[in-house]
Amino acid sequence: MSTDTPRQLTLRILRSSPGEGIAPHWQDFRVDEAEGMTLFIALNEIRDTLDPSLQFDFVCRAGICGSCGMLIDGRPGLACRSLTRDFGPLITLAPLPVFALIGDLSVDTGSWMRGTAERLETWIHSQAEPDLTAVEARMEPELAEAIYELDRCIECGCCVAGCGTLRMREDFVGAVGLNKIARFRLDPRDERSDEDYYELIGDDSGVFGCMSLLGCHDVCPKGLPLQTQIAFLRRRMVAVGLK
Amino acid sequence: MSRLLERSATLPPPIARQAPETPLALTHVTAHPRLRRSRWPARLDLLQSASGLFLALFLVAHMFFVSSILISQDAFYTVARFFEGAYFLATPQPWIVSCVVGGVLAVFVLHAWLALRKFPASFRQYQAFAEHRARLRHDDTGLWWLQLWTGFALFFLASIHLYGMLVHPELIGPYESADRVWTGSMWPLYLLLLFAAEIHGGIGLYRLALKWGWLPGGNPDAARRRLRRLKTAFSLFFIGLGLVSLLAYVRLGIAHAERAGERYAPSGDGTPATLAEGAAVTPVVVPSRRGG
Repeated sequence: MSTDTPRQLTLRILRSSPGEGIAPHWQDFRVDEAEGMTLFIALNEIRDTLDPSLQFDFVCRAGICGSCGMLIDGRPGLACRSLTRDFGPLITLAPLPVFALIGDLSVDTGSWMRGTAERLETWIHSQAEPDLTAVEARMEPELAEAIYELDRCIECGCCVAGCGTLRMREDFVGAVGLNKIARFRLDPRDERSDEDYYELIGDDSGVFGCMSLLGCHDVCPKGLPLQTQIAFLRRRMVAVGLK
Repeated sequence: MSRLLERSATLPPPIARQAPETPLALTHVTAHPRLRRSRWPARLDLLQSASGLFLALFLVAHMFFVSSILISQDAFYTVARFFEGAYFLATPQPWIVSCVVGGVLAVFVLHAWLALRKFPASFRQYQAFAEHRARLRHDDTGLWWLQLWTGFALFFLASIHLYGMLVHPELIGPYESADRVWTGSMWPLYLLLLFAAEIHGGIGLYRLALKWGWLPGGNPDAARRRLRRLKTAFSLFFIGLGLVSLLAYVRLGIAHAERAGERYAPSGDGTPATLAEGAAVTPVVVPSRRGG
């Protein structure tokens, strides 16, 4: 920042604790903005100096673990990747919707993500008996890169919270699930066919439920190509449906 | 996981029996008989898009046909008779128009029925989406809300118009249409229909491109921005064209109000026969038109 006097930020946080019977309410905290301050740093400062009971999650502080997802001025984002200078002096923070609330800004994304992984069977399916000591088969670098591109998903839950379809229909798999299907479909070690994938996402709770609002694509903190992947899956699944 | 794979392709093989750094989640698949999921969701999804595309293209063609009134009354008369087969058959056959309108109406009903699958099905869903839209302030989410409401309006507005054209296909012509617009008090409906159809169609075409991944160029995000501008231009152009055309019908309807019901007879030079100086055309009077 170029000004000598730091801005004073007001962080308006939606606080609640279902376990303790504390009903949702807004609480304001004031912190002095520092150079290069992220919301994660501001939240830590609040917890260290103002209110140690404030609940929020973090692990890596570098946009890798996906733990600090929250609604920032109404939009899903990672606290550790959000610079306070990109916001006004009043910043509202709320927990991500859809997921089970633990308390304040902390939600249980893990259970939801695990449920999605089990539902969509997001692991390598192979008829061959796995030999964990064998050298893995070679793969073209371009293909490995393409898989890795989709594997960058950190399961932060931002796409889930940004999805209008999912807000209306809770059984919708969401972009995170469709992205995983796209990832395993690319993987030559996964022997499943498009017909197999159709069994997982070939209905209105799967790819055909997507209304192409693309909130998922626009809020993804990792910049995953969700709009093109979902469109690709839709074309493939329609091809199966027309057979 | 994938980084490990990349290394495995270039590095020497690991020491025998050494476990991989990141074991992959593997499953040994055994054949389980599985119920085959219905293929109808795929077909319905495609049908919704195809019917929407057809209706949007029809809308474009329709707007150009209707706006031929801006060229001349004879031009519009020519277009109207053309669709009645006047230039292929001995006499104009309005039932041909009825058949076309019937086909469009069928596609319209099909599209509306398919689109209902996406509507909020309960107050809880409605409220959840409305709150989400207000909080997220996301362009495409907001556009869908607009598409939803314009689509809802079209259920009624387009149905009235299509039914009128279905049952009175012969009443399409410079005077006939102008009388319907003004004397028949249809202009408020047409005004609302114009905005609803052009906004809904523009957003629909834009969403079709996103939905099926038609994003020309190497950069999908840039393509999406271009498509969004194109969508706005589409809606503005056709709303503008429609407004000017509707104004032309209103003016003609006002001028012709005292002889409402009189059929148009072409002059051949673009001048209405009954308004041409000294012309003595016996008007064919039909009942005042209210439908369509």
